Amino acid sequence: MQFRLKQRSVLPGFNLALGYTLLYMGLIVLIPLSAAFIKTTDLSWTEFWAIVTTPRVLASYQLTFGASFIAAMINTSAGLIIAWVLVRYSFPGKRLVDAMVDLPFALPTAVAGIALTALYAGNGWIGGVLALIGIKIAFTPLGVIVALVFISMPFVIRTVQPVLEDLEAEVEEAAACLGATRWQTFRWIIFPALRPALLTGFTLAFARCIGEYGSVIFIAGNLPMVSEITPLLIVTKLEQYDYRGATAIAVVMLVISFMLLLLINLLQWWSRRRHAA
Amino acid sequence: MMATISPIERAVSEPPRIRRLLIGLALVFLTLFLFLPLAAVFYEALRKGLGVYFAAIVDPDALAAIRLTLLCAVIAVPLNLVFGIAAAWAVAKFEFHGKSVLITLIDLPFAVSPVIAGLIYVLLFGAQGWLGPWLAAHDIKILFAVPGIVLATVFVTFPFIARELIPLMQEQGIQEEEAALVLGASGWQTFWRITLPNIKWGLLYGVVLCTARAMGEFGAVSVVSGHIRGATNTLPLQVEILYNEYQFAAAFAVASLLTVLALVMLAVKSLIEWQARQTRRAALAMKGEF
Amino acid sequence: MIQRLLQRLSVPVLTIGLLATPVAWAADLTLLNVSYDPTRELYQDFNRTFTAYWKTKSSGDNLTIRQSHGGSGKQGRAVIDGLEADVVTLALAYDIDAISAKAGLLPKDWQQRLPNNSSPYTSTIVFLVRKGNPKGIKDWDDLIKPGVAVITPNPKTSGGARWNYLAAWGYALHQNGDDEAKAKDFVTRLFKNAPVLDSGARGSTTTFVERGIGDVLLTWENEAFLAVKELGPDRFEIVTPSESILAEPPVALVDQVVDRHGTRAVAQAYLDYLYSDEGQILIGKHFYRPSNPAIAARFTAQFPAIRLFTIDERLGGWQKAQHVHFADGGIFDQIYQ
Repeated sequence: MQFRLKQRSVLPGFNLALGYTLLYMGLIVLIPLSAAFIKTTDLSWTEFWAIVTTPRVLASYQLTFGASFIAAMINTSAGLIIAWVLVRYSFPGKRLVDAMVDLPFALPTAVAGIALTALYAGNGWIGGVLALIGIKIAFTPLGVIVALVFISMPFVIRTVQPVLEDLEAEVEEAAACLGATRWQTFRWIIFPALRPALLTGFTLAFARCIGEYGSVIFIAGNLPMVSEITPLLIVTKLEQYDYRGATAIAVVMLVISFMLLLLINLLQWWSRRRHAA
Repeated sequence: MMATISPIERAVSEPPRIRRLLIGLALVFLTLFLFLPLAAVFYEALRKGLGVYFAAIVDPDALAAIRLTLLCAVIAVPLNLVFGIAAAWAVAKFEFHGKSVLITLIDLPFAVSPVIAGLIYVLLFGAQGWLGPWLAAHDIKILFAVPGIVLATVFVTFPFIARELIPLMQEQGIQEEEAALVLGASGWQTFWRITLPNIKWGLLYGVVLCTARAMGEFGAVSVVSGHIRGATNTLPLQVEILYNEYQFAAAFAVASLLTVLALVMLAVKSLIEWQARQTRRAALAMKGEF
Repeated sequence: MIQRLLQRLSVPVLTIGLLATPVAWAADLTLLNVSYDPTRELYQDFNRTFTAYWKTKSSGDNLTIRQSHGGSGKQGRAVIDGLEADVVTLALAYDIDAISAKAGLLPKDWQQRLPNNSSPYTSTIVFLVRKGNPKGIKDWDDLIKPGVAVITPNPKTSGGARWNYLAAWGYALHQNGDDEAKAKDFVTRLFKNAPVLDSGARGSTTTFVERGIGDVLLTWENEAFLAVKELGPDRFEIVTPSESILAEPPVALVDQVVDRHGTRAVAQAYLDYLYSDEGQILIGKHFYRPSNPAIAARFTAQFPAIRLFTIDERLGGWQKAQHVHFADGGIFDQIYQ
């Protein structure tokens, strides 16, 4: 019902607001991004395809997307638990923990990379302990995952938290009255309500991970075919004055990022419509 | 209290054992991936003593970097603020075709690698780029100067405020604005008196996150800065320089300064959220009375 | 609000505008030296000395020298893209060639304009090992033994690493009677022993020193000395191999920029001063090998005798080396296929 009301626009300022939005977005985002696309038209399709499918580049996609996926998965499960704990329970220092969750957004990625490397290297606080049981984190693909988990941590927590806060207690109580166990209530009542938020958080985290550069290069080891991420390959090509190669790979990443984001926004739009209907 | 737990309470909340387990899990995860890295920054910063710590911060190059970083934030945040409000107004208050695409485009800078963000500005404004020759002929400097750094910062922090406002304004709907218009208020009056007060907390939260991110950006700025000491180095770049000069304590000192700035921003944010919750509670209580 | 914003914006823009304006009768001058990573300490010292020298020589000019440091390739690219360097002091001639070829900021024959191929200092590639040399590393052959972890930056992103790679290649070529297949096998085994490839020379040093990774660090001689001095004489020692490459980091005036800035005279004097006795002594103090033999003689105790070969004699020059080894699909890429 509300949905139908929204379609009638008695409010003013649509043209102004949309016009300004498009103008500003064009200047800051679209024109610069189109520069990358136009630069690749210097290349023929076969040249472009050859650049973006060399074994080294393919190996880097595998690492970048694989590690990003794992990191986003880790953050989705951990983020759900953390959001749950922050909303539902109380424990000493909860406020502080809640405030600090955003920190990975604010800390420069290079600082995060350096600090994580110091911590997870064989002679670091955590790396030292893990070395005793034969696990190496820094300078392996595992290090990439650690860095990505850090930088994308807030997304899932921050998308799940508000939804969890808004969940009506009555529904859970009703379920309980009808004899549902706590697990059943969670599985069939709470989790479905959280699913869109979890999905959004996951995809935002995933998208952020794919592009990450600053923190990863410190901890990854950067071995070709093993621990070299795609953004590093772009930088590598730039340092060798290969602008076309760099933009070709950049365009591949841009297109994938755009598709991912479009997918979640469509999912959200779809779920909102279903919700409203 | 524990002893007299009712079956219903048991079903709407978890047994203490599970609670403790979940809190434990959350804290272990946060310790490994958040608290310890943070502690490492401060530990390394203070390892050589407070003297080295403060010397690193009042070093002229570091002060120049602080000034530049703040300048970037002061320019980037208001620009993105105006954009954020305009975009949220268009997206949240109206239905139109291509909305999903528009929102996706707004989100895009989240997902663009900072390296690519730097690269596109080089392609555009570099001496070999589209506008390079024209800029050089008119003696306008963008790349490797303050405007380029500001632009990169604006790009990277572009979605924060819009992304904060859009869901909030969608949630709030348009009835209040419509009512105001029916009662004869002008468009601007409606905006200033109705919409803005409704979104002020979300707005502030967005500003805080945007500022924090603007001060911390590294990758994109690194590509367009030129790394001229005392002139085009921001704080994160200053950290990298010190680190590369084997001045590890000083590097972490400057890094910790950024962390402190971030923590202050986050404290402000928590305060804002707390206040927002209070107002919401008050509003709910009011509604309850009616 | 907007006015205030514009005011704030205009201050830096104006400042930069002023910096870029040619100064007719020099009173306040600014030079920008765009350099590579390991020269930070050298130029910090050298700039101080030269500023004082220039003040007396020019009767009172206030000279400010700004520094920019980073990986050699990255710095070269920044200059091509418009970073207004009055002088460039990079790790390899290839990078300055690129500035000349891609941006035309200086003539093709730039390397002939100053003595010694425009290299006021030279260096070479040596090994840094942990105290007591627990793995007994003496020469290049020891680096390809199983179980030896070698730390070097990535030749694709670091100029220093390219010298590392070419030094190993040149050695292997010489040892195997110019058999390229064997040389390729040698560098392949060497890089198989590298557990980390940092993007720059300083990153590698940190990995080796601070993170405790690896048994031997391949690095510039000056970096090795500096690392020992700064990070612990009691923890590391330098091993000099039987032969290594003569690294000639070149310097050059960027003609188009100095003409626009009106800084040609002072920029030229700056580079010439690197070749003066004072400059050469500073160079030696910062562990670079002075190009002036008379000054170099004073530092013989510091630099062990080592057989040095040049990139021209064993690899046919930078353009060829870059093309054969480091271009996409080149020999370095083949190592990892």
